[in-house]
Amino acid sequence: MSSKEAMLGRIRSALTDVTPMAPADDVAVEWTYGQRPPGASDDMLGLFVERVEDYKAVVSWVVPDEVPVRIANALADHDVTSAVVPAGAPAAWHEAVAAAGIAVVTDDPVLSHAELDATGGVVTASRVGIAETGTIVLDHAADQGRRALSLVPDVHVCVIGSDQVVSDVPEAVVRLQTSIDERLPLTWISGPSATSDIELSRVEGVHGPRILHVLLVNV
Amino acid sequence: MTAQPDTTKHERRTPAPPPVTLIGMPKFPKNAKKELANEQLRSNLRHATTTIRNKRARVVQELPHWEDLRLAGEAIKNRTLRHLDSYLLQLEQTLTANGAIVHWAADAAEANQIVIDITRSKGADEVVKVKSMATQEIDLNEALEEAGIAAWETDLAELIVQLGHDRPSHILVPAIHRNRSEVREIFLEEMGRYGTPPPEGLTDDPAMLAGAARVHLRNKFLRAKVAVSGANFAIAETGTLVVVESEGNGRMCLTLPETLISIVGIEKTLPTFADLEVFLQLLPRSSTAERMNPYTSMWSGVREGDGPQEVHVVLLDNGRTNVLADEVGRQALRCIRCSACLNICPVYERVGGHAYGSVYPGPIGAILTPQLRGIGSEVDQSLPYASSLCGACFEVCPVRINIPEVLVHLRNKVVESHGVTAEGLVMKGGSWVMAKGRNLALVQKGSKLAGRVWPGDVIGPIPIPGPAAGWTDARDLPKPPTQTFRDWWTKEHQQPEQTGESAS
Amino acid sequence: MSAPTGTVALFATCINDTLFPETPKAVVRLLERLGCRVDFPLQQTCCGQMFTNTGYFKEALPSVRNYVDTFEGYDYVVGPSGSCIGSVRDQHPMLAQRLGDHALQERVDAIVAKTYDLSEFLVDVLGVTDVGAYFPHTVTYHPTCHSVRVTKVGDRPYQLMKAVRGLTLLELPDADQCCGFGGTFSVKNSDVSVAMATDKMRNVLDTGAEYVVTGDNSCLMNIGGLLSREKAGVKPIHLAQILAQTEADYAATVEAEAVAR
Repeated sequence: MSSKEAMLGRIRSALTDVTPMAPADDVAVEWTYGQRPPGASDDMLGLFVERVEDYKAVVSWVVPDEVPVRIANALADHDVTSAVVPAGAPAAWHEAVAAAGIAVVTDDPVLSHAELDATGGVVTASRVGIAETGTIVLDHAADQGRRALSLVPDVHVCVIGSDQVVSDVPEAVVRLQTSIDERLPLTWISGPSATSDIELSRVEGVHGPRILHVLLVNV
Repeated sequence: MTAQPDTTKHERRTPAPPPVTLIGMPKFPKNAKKELANEQLRSNLRHATTTIRNKRARVVQELPHWEDLRLAGEAIKNRTLRHLDSYLLQLEQTLTANGAIVHWAADAAEANQIVIDITRSKGADEVVKVKSMATQEIDLNEALEEAGIAAWETDLAELIVQLGHDRPSHILVPAIHRNRSEVREIFLEEMGRYGTPPPEGLTDDPAMLAGAARVHLRNKFLRAKVAVSGANFAIAETGTLVVVESEGNGRMCLTLPETLISIVGIEKTLPTFADLEVFLQLLPRSSTAERMNPYTSMWSGVREGDGPQEVHVVLLDNGRTNVLADEVGRQALRCIRCSACLNICPVYERVGGHAYGSVYPGPIGAILTPQLRGIGSEVDQSLPYASSLCGACFEVCPVRINIPEVLVHLRNKVVESHGVTAEGLVMKGGSWVMAKGRNLALVQKGSKLAGRVWPGDVIGPIPIPGPAAGWTDARDLPKPPTQTFRDWWTKEHQQPEQTGESAS
Repeated sequence: MSAPTGTVALFATCINDTLFPETPKAVVRLLERLGCRVDFPLQQTCCGQMFTNTGYFKEALPSVRNYVDTFEGYDYVVGPSGSCIGSVRDQHPMLAQRLGDHALQERVDAIVAKTYDLSEFLVDVLGVTDVGAYFPHTVTYHPTCHSVRVTKVGDRPYQLMKAVRGLTLLELPDADQCCGFGGTFSVKNSDVSVAMATDKMRNVLDTGAEYVVTGDNSCLMNIGGLLSREKAGVKPIHLAQILAQTEADYAATVEAEAVAR
């Protein structure tokens, strides 16, 4: 007998007290999915900014026309000399970064780990922002690039539209359902990487980008 | 029996953990006594647990619907467990459709062998690891070491533990028992032997220590061909695994190597992606006491051109089906390993994780370990008693595991597993006394009689299952009153013959 | 407030009956003063939790049966112990259910519904928080774990104490932390138990109160045992004994002490 059969057999004999019925009909879950939680803030964007900053990330409001130049400025502010810009990102982003004298690296052909490690920054779009938790979710579509791009470089400049920000996790999960249905990977980012492993004293920046700069586009 | 590898075969690749002898491991009170004597440990633990539980209370208070979330978490997990066979089959099907390779492992040995075989088939002699309780439970690192494969822990705390030839003492903060100067010593002593040494002038500043770990591990991340992870959740509907972390070491492992092997306890299954909205609210607030942890990764098998192109998922039993078979104890399988129960537990706070003799310490460990391993050994029999039943753990548990209820249930199992014991005789005597008011009144008449009824020490006429010294070494006993309440009442209110009670 | 029409059965608990008779005496005085008809059925013994909590379920059953037999005929059962009342409510149904004795289960459920901790009976049934008590002392209150987490007495003890004339309530730091008693835990894991009790004692001493108050004499025996050993001078007292004392009682006590001197 295979381990699969053995395990399933053990599970079934462990559950002899359970009345056979469709799983979905069993054990009522008193929960309405996808709802804006009670007491959610009216000033969703204000809360989003506050909560992202709470993680020691930088947040800047920008108007749509200024996005490319603000991206370049953000990279320059953090002394980035080379940055990955995903192939699917707007051409204006590529141009503005290059115009600022920062070497634009594309992932085509695919960058080696070493090449990526030698790159100082990365610019990505994003899929959803969550106000309550100060979270940005990437689904690694073409304007965000594969997962390693927004992980290995030390400075991550992330662009999010104000219309992409939702109140809390439930609304975010609803919006992300299509990404999951397409089997896109998701990365939920709440501030720069951090650890509290030494005496619970929080240190920002361990393995991921140590600097997260969010450009919140007023749309 | 020891978990030490046969070092005659080859040089060790990774730091050796302390020898462990599970059989014959002393029972909890003895371990606890030893740990209590360690002032540094107690001070580290007190600081850490107090900080984190206060922080948790603050972020939980922010959510007015916290109790509804807990109820939902409980209900979703119960539903999943009650139909675990269906959901696992669905998970296997969706994972396979997503290009992942699914393995079923009945026990630790089988799971370890699967990892060894895959790693060897890739021609690799090392793996990078995301912090995972399941891989600790099956002692994967030592199994790999014996097979000549180096397993590198990449979580900062796990790195401290590994380099320190130590064992984790907390589910979430495994090096909670170490302070910054101890960490510095460990890094100075060991880091250079296993890779990039720490920078010159390393101080005990946590930021500098974390920076040393970043540099030490970066090269390992970039060169590793195989990564090993656990998973916090596995979504049956979509074949998606979820890893919740803080440092980015998880993302490194899950993204950079060509091959990824995830060891997933079968109870980690969740029916749908939508269910995550409940658990991603419950888990970070309960564990790190944050509104959200820095990084959460979700992946559905293989994504062409992004991340590992060979994805394995090992579904692990290793005693979980035993837990599932216990109608009271199975609620322990709802556990999402947040460690809120450890941080709130007054017993854990004073003795730390090592006293529990298991990778799962604290209240959850006291109910999970004896169920996973069985109650054959002394330490496992003592774990259900490692609690004052104060109930604080149940109050903070995000999936409402009634830990005190399971503790008491397991105590009963321990009692039932024994034949006649001295304690059992004490309890039998007590049971007779408490069966009738007249019996109690008889025993109250004098401690001499009480001594005959209970073949052990007594506090007045109340029996003590164990030597009275356990109480009297540090605490006075109340002076027994000259008159019981019963006698007082009888004198005040009625004649004794009016009780109408027959002697038993 | 109105006195209930039925009879209130006092469940003294075995530990109070045997070791702390002043507590049930105080309950009788208090309830009678508030107009209740109080009875103490002599058949009563124990809630059985020392058996249940140590894993001896079979040995606990006689206590469960005896509790039902003893109190079935009464309108209310009131006990001065959050822990013992919690055991009746939480564990008696579990034990009856495990036994598979449906008749017993029904009887247990019925009696659980009319079993109250003293503070609940005063506040919820009698509807009173000012019981006319006088206690001119500083006190600090330890909310015992089972009273809070099993019986769920909430803030009732605080409501009652705030209405006591002369009483100054000092906040206990880390009040929600267990004192380390835990029944047989206190001897099976005596080292941890003493470590917990020591911290509780320190917190009690930090308040500078004259008295440490609880609604459970078992926990009070633990804290008090350590205070006594350390000759700390803080006196343990059960909440019922504070609530029972009137200004007249106090004057009489003071006079008696003066005469004795």
